[in-house]
Parts: sequence; C-alpha cells; structure tokens
Amino acid sequence: MGVYIGKRVLAIIPIILFSSLLMFVMIRVGPVDPAEAYLAAAHIQPDDEVLAAKRHEFGLDQPLLTQYVQSLGRLLRLDFGHSYLSNMPVWGEVAQKLPATLQLASASIVLALVVSIPLGVLAAIYKNRLLDHVIRVFAYIGACVPVFWIGYLLMFFISVKLEWLPVEGRGSVQHLILPSITLALWLIAIYARLLRTTVLEELKEAYVRYARARGIKERVILYKYVLRIAIAPLITGLGINLGKLLTGAIIVEQVFSWPGFGRYFIEAIINRDIPVIQCYVMLSVCVIAGSNLIADLLQLFLDPRIARKGRASQG
Amino acid sequence: MNNLSSRFKGKRVIMICGSLLILFGLAGLLAPWISPHDPIRVNLAAKLSPPSWEYLLGTDQLGRDNLSRLLYGTRISLGFASLIFAASLGVGLLAGVVSGYSGGWLDAALMRLCDGIMSFPSMILVFGLIGILGPGLSQLVIALMLVQWVYFARMFRNMIVSLKERNFITAARISGSSPWQIMSRHLIPNILPSIVVIGTLEMGWAIMDISAMSFLGLGVQAPTPEWGAMLNEGKSFIRNHPELMLYPGLMIIMVVASFNLLGEALSERYGIKRGS
Repeated sequence: MGVYIGKRVLAIIPIILFSSLLMFVMIRVGPVDPAEAYLAAAHIQPDDEVLAAKRHEFGLDQPLLTQYVQSLGRLLRLDFGHSYLSNMPVWGEVAQKLPATLQLASASIVLALVVSIPLGVLAAIYKNRLLDHVIRVFAYIGACVPVFWIGYLLMFFISVKLEWLPVEGRGSVQHLILPSITLALWLIAIYARLLRTTVLEELKEAYVRYARARGIKERVILYKYVLRIAIAPLITGLGINLGKLLTGAIIVEQVFSWPGFGRYFIEAIINRDIPVIQCYVMLSVCVIAGSNLIADLLQLFLDPRIARKGRASQG
Repeated sequence: MNNLSSRFKGKRVIMICGSLLILFGLAGLLAPWISPHDPIRVNLAAKLSPPSWEYLLGTDQLGRDNLSRLLYGTRISLGFASLIFAASLGVGLLAGVVSGYSGGWLDAALMRLCDGIMSFPSMILVFGLIGILGPGLSQLVIALMLVQWVYFARMFRNMIVSLKERNFITAARISGSSPWQIMSRHLIPNILPSIVVIGTLEMGWAIMDISAMSFLGLGVQAPTPEWGAMLNEGKSFIRNHPELMLYPGLMIIMVVASFNLLGEALSERYGIKRGS
C-alpha cells in the first residue's frame, strides 16, 4: 500500500513537467510576442527600442533552454509574474478571486453528491419502473444541455419571473444558489447514471447473495455494504470530471457575473494577459492532478479491494 | 440487458437520431436557399417583432430573422464540427499509421505525446490554446483539432499493431498484396465502425465546445449567426425576450443529444469501447 501511494505521488511530476513544457512551447511558437502583448495591454506605443528592452526584461533574448529552466524555477516558487493589464503580481490578484470560485465549486460538488446519491439509488431500486425512467431521461438530458443555457433559463424563471433570488453577483447565500445548481446539474446527471450502474452491478455480487442468505435486511445490505462501495467510483469520477467542473465554472461565473477566477481568466484571454493565462492553466493542472491523487487514496480507503488488486480502477 | 434499454439503444435510436441529423445537415447545407431572410441584415424597423408569417420565429434586437439565423447557425456548427472531425481524423490517421507501422522510438514518442494530451483535461487545454493563439473561429478549430486527434491516433495505432500480425493480413502479404492494398482492402474496412463511433461522439463534443466558446466571446464573433454567439447576444434581453436565448439553446440540445445518442447506440451495436 505504501509503495502504491508513493508511485501515485511520483506520477504527478511528469504531468506537471509536461504541461509546463507545453505552455512554454505554445507561448514561444504562438503568434503573440509576450513583449508586444505587454506593451499593447499597457497602452504603450511599441517601437524597436522599447520592445528590445522589454524582451530583455522578460529574458526572451536568452537561449530557450535557459528560459525554460527559469520559468520552471519561477513556477516552483509560485511566482507567476505581473499581470500585463494591471501590473500587479498575478498571484496576489488570483488569491483574491480564488475564494469565490472555490465556494462555487465546493457548493456544487456537495449539492451534486446530496442529490445524485438518492437519485441513483432510487433508480437502481426501481429498476425499469417509472421512477427509473424519469431519472434516466433527466440524467440523459442533463448531460447534453449547455451550461450557459440552463443558467439563463433558471435565471429567467426564478430570478426574473418569480423574483425569488437575486439575478447575479455575489454576496449572500441567496446569490450562491442558482450558480451552484447550474454547475451541479451536469454533475448530478453523470453521477446518477454512474451510481445506478454500480449499485445494480454490486447487487449481483456474491457477498450480497451471502448477506441475503444470512437473512440480513435488504435495506441494511444496500446502505451498509453496497452503497459504501458504489460511492467509490463517484469520488474517482470527481477527480476525472474536475476539469469539466472548472471549465463549467468559467461559464457559470460569466452567466451570473460571479467574481471568480474563471471570469478573470476570460478577461485575461481577451486582453492577451499571458501571465494570468499561464497561471490559470498551471494551477488547474496542479489542482486536477492533486485531486486525482486524493480521489485515488480516498477510494483505496473506501474499497480496500483495490489495494489488493494493486491498481486503481478507472471510473 | 433489460428490454427497454435495448429497445432504447437499438435500431430505433439509430434511425431517429440519424434522420434528425440528416435533416439538420440538409438544413445547414441548404441554408442559403431555404432561409426566408438574410441572417445578418439589420432592419431596426422590425426589431424584436413577434412571430408572424413574415418572420416565423420573430426577429432579434437588430431586426434580424431568428429562423434564418438558426438555419445558418446549423450550417456553421455542423460545418465546423465536420471540419474538426476531418482534420483530427487526418492527423490521427497519419500519426497512428506511422506509429503502428514503424514501432520503436517513434512509436513510443508519439504515444507518450498522446498520453500527455489525454491526461490534460481537454477543455482546459482548449482554453489555454485560445489564450495563447487569441480568440477567433480559426484558432478555436485548431485548438479543438489539437485535442481530438489523439483519440484517432491511439485507435489507428492499436488497431494496426493488433491487425498487423493477424492471419488474414499475413495471408494477404504472402499472396503478394502491396502495403497500400493491405491498408485499403483489409485494415480500413476493419476500423471503419470505430471511426464512425468516435467521430459521432466527437461531433457532439465539438458542437458543444464551439457554442460554449462562442458564448464566452472566444470563438465565432458577432454578427455571425452561431448558436452560442446568438445566446450571448440575446442575454441582455432576457427580461422581455427570453425566446432569443431559448431557440439557440434548443437547437444545441437537439443536435448534441442526437449525436450522443447515435454514438452510444452505434458503439453498443458494434461492440466498440468508446474513446475517452
């Protein structure tokens, strides 16, 4: 088990190295010269002299390998440089925007778990009955609906027509409700389907037959044994789906004017603020790699059979 | 399997989704001839008019015909998704065939590259690429293509490696077929179902991604009638004219759901594990 955990931790390093290399290469190969982008964002008329000075300041006149090693070094120190637009340290600005995004994402994850676990279990218990069909149709549609569309639909009916909740912005708990529902819907759809399948599969296992033969109540079997194992793929699934959750958060933040990292990132893309873009991509890669690791370890704890098989099952 | 599920995912789904998609495809192809109005001509006198015989689905804030814009939107979404599909298929085919036939270090390097791109959450990569290349439709097409080719490359490579040593290929080789003949007569027909399945699912993703990026203002730019961009333009009128957002959203759902259902039904029918 210790070896397994060690291997999983070490496996993160190549992912981060690869993504930093990819970012580095893309910025160098890409059509935008960072020095020019900086001057454009700062509204400075570029001439050759200013450009050369800026290039020297950014280290763009040094050999590529030196540049890459330096950028890796800065990454390790969590130094993402200064925003071209505001000239403030990127990390400081991000630290300001991050709590809003984390709040939105965690609220959605909690909501998704709270809603999808009963839905998935109900669908499995009432397999092929009306309730099952309703849940599955909902789950099917939920996975195909664009996040931004469902967000505006909710906003229209609940905030504009019924005036129950504020239309946009952040502040009170009421502000959090619609954005987190919007972001969670898609995750609920995936989870309900996944849980239904795993519960049905687990119910066919030998230990369930054994428990039934021993006369243990169906409800106890379901909640005490089956559910514990069926939840494990949801957790690994979260690690896998976190990328989509992050991009979903970008869209939800845009729809509801939620002042988080995602909106900041979109502004940065439109203004060619390369340090901010780089920071967003690298941070999301680290977050995703880290949460995949945590998900694997949690799953190990929930379903010890995995360690004996010596591998993490894929969700 | 239970009977509803097999009925649900069976022939009927393929028929319904297939014909719906053919209908959408025709609507997109024929948009310039069947659209009642010019999709980008501004007519402020008729702005935000309700549905009428003249404008079957009403007009938007600039007096442009909603129906015509939706039809042209079909053309753009399906057109560019097909372009992305074709490009990623081409690049994937090339990389996969090179990888599968050559083996050795080239194979290892190409497959590690695929692993790297697959381990990256695809939309984050698309956002990063758009961030560096800049917003715009051609950049978006390139970014989506760069994320999607790996699935084809992996598929082609694995199939070639596993088929290379199979008896019927050896028989063909012994009987004197050229590599090209082996490819076109034996290998390609074997992998066609997988191409169709992966392609169908990728079309759905591509349409969803194009609309999401255009909605954010990073893909198709106004006044081009793309569904996501239309939604973005319509959002300021949510209070009184929610239909401006409703229509494009429904179009996206219908097309994406058709592609997804079709892809799943086909993969079940041919017994193919889906890529991703």
